[in-house]
Amino acid sequence: MASKTVQFEIKRQASPDAPAVWERFELEWRPGMNVISSMMEIAANPVTAEGKPTTPITYDSNCLEEICGSCAMRINGRARMACSALVDKLEQPIRVEPLSKFPLVRDLQVDRSVLFENLMRVKAWVPVDGTYDLGAGPRVYPQQQEANYPLSNCISCTCCMEVCPQFNEATGFVGAATIAQVRLFNNHPTGKVLKEDRLRALAGDGGIQECGYAQNCVEACPKQIPLTNAIADVGRDVLGQKIKDWLRG
Amino acid sequence: MATPRIIVVGGGLAGLAAVIKIAEAGGTVDLFSIVPVKRSHSVCAQGGINAAKNLKGEGDTTAQHFDDTIYGGDFLANQTPVKGMCESAPAIIDLLDRMGVPFNRTPEGLLDFRRFGGTLYHRTAFAGATTGQQLLYALDEQVRRYESEGRVKKYEGWEFLSAVIDAKGVARGITALDLRSMELRSFAASAVILATGGIGAIFGKSTNSVVCTGSAQSAVFQQGVYYANGEFIQVHPTSIPGEDKLRLMSESARGEGGRVWVPRTQGDNRLAKQIPDSERFYFLEEWYPKYGNLVPRDVATRAIHKVVYELGLGLDRQPMVYLDLTHLDRETLDRKLGGILEIYEKFVGVDPHVEPMKIFPGMHYTMGGLWVDFNQMTNIPGIFACGECEYQYHGANRLGANSLVSCIFGGFQAGPNAMKYAKSAPAVEGDGGAAAELTRQSGINAELIKSEGTENPFRLWRELGTAMTEHATVIRQNKGLKQADDKILELLDRYKKINLSDRSQWANTSFAFTRQLKNMLELSRTITLGAILRDESRGAHYKPEFPERNDAQFLKTSKASFTGCVQGPRIEYEDVDTQFIKPRPRRYDAVK
Repeated sequence: MASKTVQFEIKRQASPDAPAVWERFELEWRPGMNVISSMMEIAANPVTAEGKPTTPITYDSNCLEEICGSCAMRINGRARMACSALVDKLEQPIRVEPLSKFPLVRDLQVDRSVLFENLMRVKAWVPVDGTYDLGAGPRVYPQQQEANYPLSNCISCTCCMEVCPQFNEATGFVGAATIAQVRLFNNHPTGKVLKEDRLRALAGDGGIQECGYAQNCVEACPKQIPLTNAIADVGRDVLGQKIKDWLRG
Repeated sequence: MATPRIIVVGGGLAGLAAVIKIAEAGGTVDLFSIVPVKRSHSVCAQGGINAAKNLKGEGDTTAQHFDDTIYGGDFLANQTPVKGMCESAPAIIDLLDRMGVPFNRTPEGLLDFRRFGGTLYHRTAFAGATTGQQLLYALDEQVRRYESEGRVKKYEGWEFLSAVIDAKGVARGITALDLRSMELRSFAASAVILATGGIGAIFGKSTNSVVCTGSAQSAVFQQGVYYANGEFIQVHPTSIPGEDKLRLMSESARGEGGRVWVPRTQGDNRLAKQIPDSERFYFLEEWYPKYGNLVPRDVATRAIHKVVYELGLGLDRQPMVYLDLTHLDRETLDRKLGGILEIYEKFVGVDPHVEPMKIFPGMHYTMGGLWVDFNQMTNIPGIFACGECEYQYHGANRLGANSLVSCIFGGFQAGPNAMKYAKSAPAVEGDGGAAAELTRQSGINAELIKSEGTENPFRLWRELGTAMTEHATVIRQNKGLKQADDKILELLDRYKKINLSDRSQWANTSFAFTRQLKNMLELSRTITLGAILRDESRGAHYKPEFPERNDAQFLKTSKASFTGCVQGPRIEYEDVDTQFIKPRPRRYDAVK
């Protein structure tokens, strides 16, 4: 083996019911390597540091540019995207494990479909009349665009949900990502026609009142989305909606 | 009659555009995607989407967009569909705007436009430098809305394996593999639309995402669909070389004023900012004064190759040149290019506001693809294709920011045309061939899972990528292309001795990858053999042995058909539709 190597410890689990085991890997160091390129290297030579043959690691990945949101995992204890986790900036041995708040599929792969279900629940879309030519869209000033664009950058990685102490089976909390999307669509000149539906969807159990303001979400977000501001704004709107609905009887 | 049920394979822009049109017209859709559709490769498109909206008072027209696209593609594209696309583009932008895409705005609240390669107009609408992501999300949201209404059923985490084709040669559905349970199933449909993207993985490292293997295209190619213009592969001039992939550095960096340069003197090791302007070689601006840094991608890529390999002026004698934004205002850069600057800083660890970026060309886009007619249908009735996986809109070279519009336009054609076809298609007899196709697929799976050879599939893949990148990208020599083709044959032979180190029947990614690899190998020969036979230079296909375009012989679409023999695909030629714009010499050192 070459003079300079990189040490990995990767948590393996063959299926949801199988026992979890840690495997160690020692790879040749290369400039610019990241956690994904390291796992590609393991796939091309699936042998542990002890020289024992093993299987390539199962994990989600796609764009490798931190824009598709696929490769979220826990690296040295921190929820983050594996493609942008540069080996030279990580303490070794690099410990890699799956996100812990989602049903495990295999190895580092988990099932995060709950986020997409939540987005459906809050109607995270602009209800356009149709796709035929209806002329230009509503006028939007640069200031509004600059407020909405960061919210629209959410890559659905679920890091904010993983680190949230309130995101668990007991609360059923929707999590910060979904709330930020409610903010985005309620801001939109046409999207806001569904504002009341969205706020009501966040008013009950598992809704916005579950948030404990730990602020972990905004720290963990790889896209620096102003999640806590969005939660504060939407929280106020949900309260307003509750009062309105109560007054209406 | 019953509501037509249509299968769409692929959930990027083209696939989702088709889904929306079908659902809107009252059809129901089964949507298949390897990844959750919101994670499709379309998110990687950065710079923008073209439409001649003429909001900058420049007199831009859809006719001008049409001419730029045909000229940029070196006259290889059929003109009728391209004309249709350019004429529809302004309404597509309006629709996306109505769907809530956060496009950048002018102070008056109108859409802002920037410049891109191969045109002299501000024609590119953009949402920062993450336009593809924003467009995909807008369509994803609309599809989720139809999903909530029960018009769309998603099969995310399923991989398309093959089309189900009946005894009369008509497509009746697909077979697909559940990537978790490894269950193989067939699905019936009145029509199938493939929207499965590019084939970057054939080149090992590219700007494409992991799922862009071309496996689905190859599967139907092996079932009888023509593969057209396979030899036309776009190498993007500006990417960041990496261990796992080549990360795109958008053309919009140059659209906003970025300049490409190297030190004039070989071995000038000073820091970039210590090199005065007079000692910098802005080679694109010197060689192409009219278009400057915004020449089309094939032209810029060859210029960078020349500077590095012929003139020996690569930075630190490495294959790299500067892409410099440091002279531009920081606030404007962050507002218009924030996304890509962040990518550079995160992956390279250097701040591009302060130091010029170091970039090099990388495989980027597949101009060729499944042959389709003007209704987006392949030669197998019932199989349609749209988006990057088909060949129709870009000829020999794609212009920047035309891909997003071609994906959406293609999907908007394929969806309604598939509906129309489905309503008049002859009734299916029996199971339409589903049982026979399932038997064939389970045979392939059973053989693969018990393979006990010595060859690691990931290493075979690397060897394929190295050979293809070396011989079938920027500069092509017949000798080298032949070497690459021989290499593919060697790899196909070694594939028979594959060793699947993972034999489990649960979320076995090696198994799925190894099936893709076989398809990559089969499809890659359309590139090598297509390139060998095309003895001319046109757009992205450049042969120093034949440096001129040869319209008399090669103003033709190449159509490859699968033979299953060692000789490889059979290639025939079809005339190009040039009824609107007469072919003329293509040069960017003067006004066209």
